[in-house]
Amino acid sequence: MTTTHRPPGTVAHAPSTPVAAWLVVEGLWTWYRRNWRSSVVSSVLQPVLYLLALGVGFGSQVRPSAATDGLPYVQYLAPALLVASAVQTAAGESTYPILSSFKWQRTYLGITATPITAHQVVAGQLTWIALRLIFSSVAFVLIAAALGAVTSAGVVLSLLAALLTAMAFATPVVAYSATVESEGQQFNVIFRFIVMPMTVFAGTFFPADQLPGWVQPLVWLTPLWHGTELSRAAAFGTGELLPVLGHVLFLGALLVVGVRLSIRTFVRRLEV
Amino acid sequence: MVPGVNGELVRARGLTKRFGDFDAVRGIDLDVRPGEAFGFLGPNGAGKSSTMRMVSCVSPRTDGELTVLGMDPRTQGPDIRARLGVVPQQDNLDFELTVRQNLHVYGRYFGLSRAHVRAKAVELLEFAQLTDRADDQVEPLSGGMKRRLTIARSLINDPELLLLDEPTTGLDPQARHLLWDRLFRLRQQGVTLIVTTHYMDEAEQLCDRLVVMDGGKIVAEGSPGELIARYCSREVLELRFTGEHKDVDVHGLAERVEILPDRLLLYTDNGEAALAAVYQRGLTPVTSLVRRGTLEDVFLRLTGRTLVD
Repeated sequence: MTTTHRPPGTVAHAPSTPVAAWLVVEGLWTWYRRNWRSSVVSSVLQPVLYLLALGVGFGSQVRPSAATDGLPYVQYLAPALLVASAVQTAAGESTYPILSSFKWQRTYLGITATPITAHQVVAGQLTWIALRLIFSSVAFVLIAAALGAVTSAGVVLSLLAALLTAMAFATPVVAYSATVESEGQQFNVIFRFIVMPMTVFAGTFFPADQLPGWVQPLVWLTPLWHGTELSRAAAFGTGELLPVLGHVLFLGALLVVGVRLSIRTFVRRLEV
Repeated sequence: MVPGVNGELVRARGLTKRFGDFDAVRGIDLDVRPGEAFGFLGPNGAGKSSTMRMVSCVSPRTDGELTVLGMDPRTQGPDIRARLGVVPQQDNLDFELTVRQNLHVYGRYFGLSRAHVRAKAVELLEFAQLTDRADDQVEPLSGGMKRRLTIARSLINDPELLLLDEPTTGLDPQARHLLWDRLFRLRQQGVTLIVTTHYMDEAEQLCDRLVVMDGGKIVAEGSPGELIARYCSREVLELRFTGEHKDVDVHGLAERVEILPDRLLLYTDNGEAALAAVYQRGLTPVTSLVRRGTLEDVFLRLTGRTLVD
């Protein structure tokens, strides 16, 4: 080797996996810095409008009762809306942007021609989605607090629940998006027949046990219901060990499966 | 520099790539030596790009041996890729970033510091004649500018080996000549080039040595001059007649005659003499042209005149 005496940072080399994943995040951040406006509208402003219209507006017609854990409706709604919005943002971040990086802009193909591997691309992309979720969720919580919709410091744990839920949903969708060869029409099916019904029926706006008995098992299969239960339990301090453990295990299992599937589909598409 | 067994930067023996039951590359042998410009010629589907993708360590080989910079892509892919520059057939720039940001972001993937990448980007923008557009978004740039940016980007890590897959396809003549000029300068700086192309003039301009691929195999190898001497002739006489060309008797006037629907090709070392002999025989072509034998003649002879796709 003739290059050892040159200062580090001037010699190309294969970065370690954490560094490599971080460099992928850095690339996505460079893009975000130029394009953040439109994404802030959908990931922060939209949930705030929901909180105003349904929590404050519609909520003014709802009397605090056992169904709202004895709270004003806006306070009952906020921790659940936090999770539902995170899941919606996650759905957006794990569909078209992934397909585009494989098919339209082919940026992943450019990255894997450098020392960065397909595994590291997955790690970086998922880290990026998590960071986006943290940012928009924290922004939502701050605005909700300003509107008087936050009841306790337990909301910090609600943030963790929102992140876990949204990532448990995002990772299998990322894995799926990496297999899409078409122009992404399938994503509309995900939005219309999975995300939308889940948002409306999985306990965000009213308790899921108000639904007909035969629908409830379906609701229990959605990550959003588990996340909503966790988030409310944290915010209202009503958590019990076994249910909380069950929700965390369900979401954790989904996350692990999603990550493994993502690695598999990325490697399959990039290393051919 | 860590050379291979005999100093080659790329060494392949029986290199094979299979997709399902389709054999894209069928056991080829290759040696690319430091400092040379090596070309892959071949029609679409000949296996050039599959070979390039294996050499650039993005596509695992199905069978055979391959070493790049003395290392095995199977186990040391990232270490090899750190020292390669890759210009893919289709640009994969980030269209929504600026020209300069594309260089910055890409350079960082090679573990280079921000300061180093910033300085290197200024130098490469100059090299690619993109300084004026440095802070413009990539999307609206012309095809030639995007191609130059892709080449500039491939040099951000000071690669020892630069792989270019059809670098000038789809470009206008000005853009092609500018690119050739830049590639020539890189060669003078000692960068080894591997180029695939189906432009014969490009192969003659750029390559010291080339292989012709067809159907996943190497069908000929040598310098452009050697290949012309071996598979063509110094000159070619092209003749057009009215009526059926197969009825015209030019037998014995050239080393080899090819009859096409619209003209006759006479392969000979002396075109003018052959033309004189044609007239002496009482034949009166409508048009005649004497030109030198080219790689295109070699290519068509080796890979046939029928369309592959």
